[in-house]
Amino acid sequence: MVRQYSPVSSALAHLVLFCGAIVMLTPFLWMVITSFKTPDEVFLAEFQLLPTKWGGTENYIAAFTEAPLLRLMVNGAVVSLSILVVQVIIAAPCAYALAKIPFRGSSALMALVLLGLMVPIQVPALPIYIAFAYLGLLDSYTALIAPFSISVFCIFLLRQFFKTFPQEIIEAARLDGYSELGIVWCIVVPTALPAIAAFSIFSIIAHWNDLYWPLIVITEPSLATPPLGLMMFRQSSQAGGNIGALMAASTIVIAPLVIAFLFAQAQFIRGLTVTGLK
Amino acid sequence: MTMTSTFDRPVRQYNFGTMSLLVFPATALLLAFLVLPTAVVVVLSFTDYELGMDGLRYIGLSNYSDMLADRVFWQSVRNTALYVALVVPGSIFTALAVALLIERRRALTRFYKVAFFLPVTATLVAMATVWEFILHPSIGLANHLLKVLGVDPVRFLSDPDWAIVSLAVIGIWQSIGFNMVLFLAGLSSIPKEIDEAAALDGAAGGIDRFLIVTWPLLGPTTLFVTITTAINAMRVFESVAVITQGGPNKATEVILYSIYLEAFQYFRTGYASALTVVFLLVTVSLIILQMRVADRKVHY
Repeated sequence: MVRQYSPVSSALAHLVLFCGAIVMLTPFLWMVITSFKTPDEVFLAEFQLLPTKWGGTENYIAAFTEAPLLRLMVNGAVVSLSILVVQVIIAAPCAYALAKIPFRGSSALMALVLLGLMVPIQVPALPIYIAFAYLGLLDSYTALIAPFSISVFCIFLLRQFFKTFPQEIIEAARLDGYSELGIVWCIVVPTALPAIAAFSIFSIIAHWNDLYWPLIVITEPSLATPPLGLMMFRQSSQAGGNIGALMAASTIVIAPLVIAFLFAQAQFIRGLTVTGLK
Repeated sequence: MTMTSTFDRPVRQYNFGTMSLLVFPATALLLAFLVLPTAVVVVLSFTDYELGMDGLRYIGLSNYSDMLADRVFWQSVRNTALYVALVVPGSIFTALAVALLIERRRALTRFYKVAFFLPVTATLVAMATVWEFILHPSIGLANHLLKVLGVDPVRFLSDPDWAIVSLAVIGIWQSIGFNMVLFLAGLSSIPKEIDEAAALDGAAGGIDRFLIVTWPLLGPTTLFVTITTAINAMRVFESVAVITQGGPNKATEVILYSIYLEAFQYFRTGYASALTVVFLLVTVSLIILQMRVADRKVHY
């Protein structure tokens, strides 16, 4: 039974929600609108909503030529996808062992995983940076990817999922001659695709958007990830104050994730809040 | 959390080779990138190490006593605390209100959810750049709107009294969607019958019913959301690094930004390690609190 609400309170609620939604969307709308404006209109002291002259082409050309935007996007894709693939390859067998196999030291390892969940990246960042500096690894893809090769969160999440996998099927697979790794990749992991999808969204968004670590290990603009590259571009364009181009670059940087989110809203919301809903 | 119960009856012996194949890569990386570096940070915090120096000396608690005597440290603690104190209630009450309003509607809910959740997905560095422009003293949208209302322009980012508030507004804007989803999940786990029974018992108005039924049942969710938001707010970094760099006059210097400066700009590694240890201790205590709360939750 669905209760009826009075039309007045319903309309009022929609009014509040609609105004709230517009406030939330304003930065996005203002960013896109400004990216279409010419510098003259950007620096107008009076409020003017829409551009009267088209400045979009120039702004987007500037964004792609003055900032190595294409390169940044490729870096972002390479880095976040590599991190994701390595994380799953490393975590899945470990999660399977922790979920399904009694072995000596498993509770110690699990305790380590749970402790690892509490440590933010900013803590190990300092010694890892020093080690990378001595190994000559700064300013490299390795520096961007390697520290995130291990995700205790991925282990934790997959272990939760694997625990419900029927033991009989694993036993049957063993009788059929599957190795343990064969069981992980051919039998258990395929059933965990929803969990892996949620983790993928979480991981890709986290690392596409990350600033802290790239800021520390990357000084070479051609190796920057999108957020770092955007920050470098902002600092370089501040003198010229080319805000239109800066807004164009911001639009491009957020575009892939925003478009993906619009197409797969439910999965995105699940993937991003999985940390809070576990 | 149960870690050992499934292992009570050993089914068979697994040889060392198989086990190490499964567990070794993860364990080795866990030690290399998490356990060992964290231990090293703790050790370094008792030394005078600076990056590039040949050796290091044990100096006991000097870094910690320097820290306690440092005005910048206390300033960054105050700023971070103020930021958390603004973001947590701001984000939670807005998110709760939005979740309550959305939950009872059917039309347009998808649009609302997308609008409120969009900032969670969007790259914060890009959106901070946009916010900086919106909050610009003379050409920013915020001051354009204030002018329409007849209010004098505000120097949102360069006025020391406003800067941390402005950053907190960005933090609230960015975290509402996440908390809204958690509240919606909490609301959907409240049995409809309870709500209707309350209606029959005379808790007629929406606000009555909210205070008597929904709010108490949402208690565990609210507590959990509060701690999660606090943990995330404590780690504020992007908006500071992009927009204010700790200024004006250290008004937005926050813990993580201090650590970043000490460790990677001034290379005072030992001192930065001491800051990091303090940061870690606060984070861990909040997470332990969060786990306690999560364990007590009935739903989900």
